[in-house]
Amino acid sequence: MAAAVTIGEASVPHLPRGVRLKFDKPRDQWVLLAPERMFVLDDIALEIVKCCDGKASVAAIADDLSARFEAPRDTVAKDVIILLQDFAEKGVVAA
Amino acid sequence: MNAASPHIDPPLAMLAELTYRCPLRCPYCSNPLEMTAASGEMDTGQWLGVIEEAADMGVLQIHFSGGEPTVRQDLEDMVGRAEVLGIYTNLITSGVLIDQARLEGLADRGLQHIQLSFQGTEEAGADRIGGFRGGHRKKLETARLAGEIGLPLTINAVMHRQNMDDLESMIQMAVDFGAKRLEVAHVQYYGWGLRNRAALVPTREQLEHATEIVEAARERLKGILVLDYVVPDYYARYPKSCMGGWGRQFLNVTPSGRVMPCHAAETIPDMTFDSVGERPLLDIWEQSKAFTRFRGTGWMPEPCRSCDRREIDWGGCRCQALALTGNAAATDPVCEKSPEHERIAALAAAEAAAGTDEFEYRRFGQGG
Repeated sequence: MAAAVTIGEASVPHLPRGVRLKFDKPRDQWVLLAPERMFVLDDIALEIVKCCDGKASVAAIADDLSARFEAPRDTVAKDVIILLQDFAEKGVVAA
Repeated sequence: MNAASPHIDPPLAMLAELTYRCPLRCPYCSNPLEMTAASGEMDTGQWLGVIEEAADMGVLQIHFSGGEPTVRQDLEDMVGRAEVLGIYTNLITSGVLIDQARLEGLADRGLQHIQLSFQGTEEAGADRIGGFRGGHRKKLETARLAGEIGLPLTINAVMHRQNMDDLESMIQMAVDFGAKRLEVAHVQYYGWGLRNRAALVPTREQLEHATEIVEAARERLKGILVLDYVVPDYYARYPKSCMGGWGRQFLNVTPSGRVMPCHAAETIPDMTFDSVGERPLLDIWEQSKAFTRFRGTGWMPEPCRSCDRREIDWGGCRCQALALTGNAAATDPVCEKSPEHERIAALAAAEAAAGTDEFEYRRFGQGG
């Protein structure tokens, strides 16, 4: 049986097969399309999801976002982990 | 908000009912009692045109359904076109007609996800419900193939009085197949399901037990399996937000090309439905009589009109209101604020206690 994912600094997140990031032009929003569901992404969630390329670790993502948005790294890392853990439990992020 | 609201967003999803043909004869099928035969189905070119129009409108997901959509040998072309146009594709199937080559072919053309229905977990019982011998075994094979190919899989467990004991094993089966999502869907009473209601409706005790099982499994399987749960309306306090509100998020195209707000809308008398090819899909969505009739809140009677849930459940289900009260514009009688609410709950309890276990199986031509 598959084990539940726990997201930490060392996790390397990616969008699993069957999940797709798309700009929804008529409604002017970014969405994650998933099996029979969709999730509308706010600006922060979008930046995080865009980093989920299967190469960058959560630690690297936190470094990157912290530098780009001039925000405290601790806070950024915490936010990234909370969001990705939630998405992993919804099945739209894997690591 | 007015019923003929000036602006309505395009639909998020389209249900493409490619055919009503299906080897299974499930007694709760959502297809209408009077079904279009193969000769009345749209051809490949017509369907590809519908998919183009849907993409232009901004539809994000297409659910290919039926009947059994894999009856259509041109399914691959439709999936391929949707993929090229950037639409997320989902196949809703019984899984009994798919072999490895077909499933791989569909995945190669861009199919994103497959939803596979099960009638139970025990072969004889499941085959009896589906009315198709050998069906269950074939479904197991299709689920295994999906895992092998890596195609994301949802198991759709259709539950009712006669298979409720299979719920725990259904959940385990979904985990074992590596499904990421399980839809535990109590039968809804439209079409054939309405006709067979007395054989399907669970007791309140069964429902409560099922709900406990689902809630415990959700906790236990967090991060492994997402469980969606559709309760049988008749025991609910509030109606479901049917289709996310009439003409708000979904449109349904029937095998012959009629465009409807939901797959049961044909049961409502004095409704007229436009067909693709005769009128642009966007125009049907925005302006047609069928789509504007129950859109928004302007059509609502009391107690809906002044209810603080009016934009949560959008008045519930019109087809259900019709089926249970004879009036499609009535408050959904599932709602505890409906004067009919007690009668409906009592009806469900009485049928669950005394109803026959015999099914009237889905069939062509004699339903009406």
